[in-house]
Amino acid sequence: MSGLAINDVTKQFGDFKAVDSLDLSVPHGTFVCLLGPSGCGKTTLLRMIAGLEEPTSGSIVIDGQDITGVPTHQRNFGMVFQSLALFPHLSVGDNVSYALRIRGTPREEQRRRADELLKLVHLPGFADRPVAKLSGGQRQRVAIARALALSPRLFLLDEPMSALDAKLRESMQVELRQLQQRLGITTIVVTHDQREAMTMADLVVVMGQGRIRQAASPIEIYRKPADAFVADFIGSTNLLEIATDSAGRAMVQGAAIPGLAPPNGAAKASISIRPEDVRIAAAGAGTLDGTVTFVRDLGATIETYVDVGGPTIVAVTTPRERVDAKAGDRVGVVLPAESCVVVKS
Amino acid sequence: MRQTFLRRLYFFAVGLFLALPLIVVAGVSVNEKQDLTFPPVGFSMSWYQQIFADPEWRRALIASILLALSAAAIAVAVALPLAWFLWRRIAPWANVFQLLGVAPFILPPVITALGMLTFWATSGLYGQPWTAAISHGIFFVTLPLVTLSLGFASIDRSLVEAAATMGADDRTVLRTVVFPLILPYLVSGYAFAFVLSLNEYIVAYMTVGFTIETLPIKIFNALRYGYTPTMAAVSIFFVAVAALVFGLIARFGDIRKLLGAMASEG
Amino acid sequence: MRREAPKSLADYAPLVFPGLMLIVFFVVPFSTMIAVSFFQRDPAGFYTVAFTLDNYGRFISLFFGRVLGFSLMLSVLVAICCVAIAFPFTYLLTKQSRKVQTVWLVVLLSVLSLSEVIIGFAWSTLFSRTAGITNLFVWLGLMNEPVALLPSFGAVLTGMVYQALPYTVLVLYPALVRLDPTLLEAARTLGSSPVRAFFNVVVPALRNTVVATVIMVFVFALGSYLLPQILGRPQHWTLSVLITDQAIYQSNMPFAAAMAVFLVLISLALVGLTLFAGRKENAL
Repeated sequence: MSGLAINDVTKQFGDFKAVDSLDLSVPHGTFVCLLGPSGCGKTTLLRMIAGLEEPTSGSIVIDGQDITGVPTHQRNFGMVFQSLALFPHLSVGDNVSYALRIRGTPREEQRRRADELLKLVHLPGFADRPVAKLSGGQRQRVAIARALALSPRLFLLDEPMSALDAKLRESMQVELRQLQQRLGITTIVVTHDQREAMTMADLVVVMGQGRIRQAASPIEIYRKPADAFVADFIGSTNLLEIATDSAGRAMVQGAAIPGLAPPNGAAKASISIRPEDVRIAAAGAGTLDGTVTFVRDLGATIETYVDVGGPTIVAVTTPRERVDAKAGDRVGVVLPAESCVVVKS
Repeated sequence: MRQTFLRRLYFFAVGLFLALPLIVVAGVSVNEKQDLTFPPVGFSMSWYQQIFADPEWRRALIASILLALSAAAIAVAVALPLAWFLWRRIAPWANVFQLLGVAPFILPPVITALGMLTFWATSGLYGQPWTAAISHGIFFVTLPLVTLSLGFASIDRSLVEAAATMGADDRTVLRTVVFPLILPYLVSGYAFAFVLSLNEYIVAYMTVGFTIETLPIKIFNALRYGYTPTMAAVSIFFVAVAALVFGLIARFGDIRKLLGAMASEG
Repeated sequence: MRREAPKSLADYAPLVFPGLMLIVFFVVPFSTMIAVSFFQRDPAGFYTVAFTLDNYGRFISLFFGRVLGFSLMLSVLVAICCVAIAFPFTYLLTKQSRKVQTVWLVVLLSVLSLSEVIIGFAWSTLFSRTAGITNLFVWLGLMNEPVALLPSFGAVLTGMVYQALPYTVLVLYPALVRLDPTLLEAARTLGSSPVRAFFNVVVPALRNTVVATVIMVFVFALGSYLLPQILGRPQHWTLSVLITDQAIYQSNMPFAAAMAVFLVLISLALVGLTLFAGRKENAL
């Protein structure tokens, strides 16, 4: 099989299972984002793929070759570290051509390749500068160029954008995605930023407590979260407990949602509905009635917080929809059945 | 205002206290005649020439420099692999060696001196010039050990990991990443050991005092037979060497960090 | 290359040379010295092998009691003087710009590295009749004629404070430079003057550091062996001087070794106390 396969990998630190019997298969050329809160095991998984940590059990296979016991320096993977790990004692060019230099590549060849890579990351002519003189975004690009020097089989990035400010981060995300598509290289990025994952990934892997909670395309994760954890972690959502009444209808806060199939099984379940899918109507005209507690007008969007007798539902509308609710107003809240996803609590 | 003045006054007082003996010695060293008078009578640099011209002083100078060069080299040769091992490996019991490396420097020097004296006397090697180099090397191993430990601690381990992902094995990482980053600390450790060995008296005296005269031994011996301005000239020469070496370390490294200021400030 | 436990024998290779050097040239000499302290004196050579406690027994005399008492008293005095001068100085130094700090550190290191011989020579010149400080007083009209200020206890004390002061500053520097500046700023916003804030906030916060430093300087001062000889009279000689004297001039190595072992025990006890004080500070 072409691509990366992680088979039943566990990593234990003392009593703590950082990664717990994890299986994942990544087809060649895929852009994968490992997403999750801190301590969910995503960085440990990436470091095991790179060979910087040894799995307690399980195997890691790339293009049909088991590399579980292969030391890092023989794997030919490019990696960008969270701290970027640029060598402070080398110039930009020498950083980029480091992998070639330690292999004894001729000096001119090193120089040619460094120039080529720096052009690729939009830093032509930077080869002779010292690393200390670069801005955050430039360092980022040097780290990327350096990791790509040997045309690696796998491109790994550990929270690569965490040191950048918000605006630069967004443009770097686009740049990285475009670069990956141009090179067609299998790429795995660790991030805790769901926007970053949505922007770049073909496949988003949401992790929690050392396990995969859901692995799917970004839009699927967003639209059809597998459970409450995923729904809550990816974007913001309204989670409302759901019950089945004697007539077999799905009930939320004592109101039926017509057209919504009730959950099967006795397990407790919730519906997840995205704020932008919630509509505000006149009192009595919605699924539920409630009182507006707070309105946050952000210009492009308006967030309306409605207390429906216990939980608070957030609705995001655009100014065009002309929802002019004020705090204290009684309003109706419309929860369209087609936008509700039933998830296990 | 008043506080600034008081602070300046305090700094000035401490500075004066530190400088006063040296100023007087510097004054004495340029006396024209072989008298110990201050303020100096006349002006002459001949006593400085004497350090290099007089065969006895020159011999002492050369002996001191050779001793300091080799002792500092031994100290670094012991400290470097030890500091590297402690950084690279998890082996708590190996800290015993670190303790052994620091002990001679913390204990009163006369103890190391006497230990060396009994050891060389017992082994029958007493008086050989190289025994002083080894004794000083062990005595001053603390200095490169401390600077190198600081240096290793300042290396971001992800640099090493990054090198490994680019295909560098342990040996290559050591050569291309660790060593260049540690070099400034190695140089300052060597320099510290060199300057202190140059000035050290009692260990040198107890190990080779009867066969070789280093400059401090020579000065002390000369002191007993009466003062000469050459002693003053040698003293000033030593101060100048120390100031030059530490000045260079400060110029090309971060002396504040070496002396314990936090790395994050640097 | 992450930090990992050694797996094979080859992983221990870097330890071989340093370990061997430190054992052969520090542990063995040290043990030899301890052994010799139980041997018998041989006036013709170094010693003869025997087992005797006589060398330790000789301590119990009025003479050595006085020398020991004087050594301890002198070192305590030096330590207190040094910390009293150095603590405010170091504190003020850490408030200066980096450049000023660097210059001072270079000066302090240069003085610290000075040979005891040179320090002794410099102060004996400064305290001498012909080239000394009293000539300045005469010139200023404070005195009628220059006098020699040595040998005297004051000269020994001054010389040793001079020798130990840079050491004291450099021991205090890391603790003071890392002191949280917001601690002081908080005191200032509550209305303390800088001087009051220094005594009410900085000194108590570093009480254990001060104690530890006094002990460190005390041990450092115990090691002084030339200054009491150059600047003082025989009654100002310390244990270190006596050890040297016995080993070299009286050729009584066993007795010198016994005194050295005794000195080690005192120093170790005090260093242990320092570590203990340091640990308590970290636990806070």
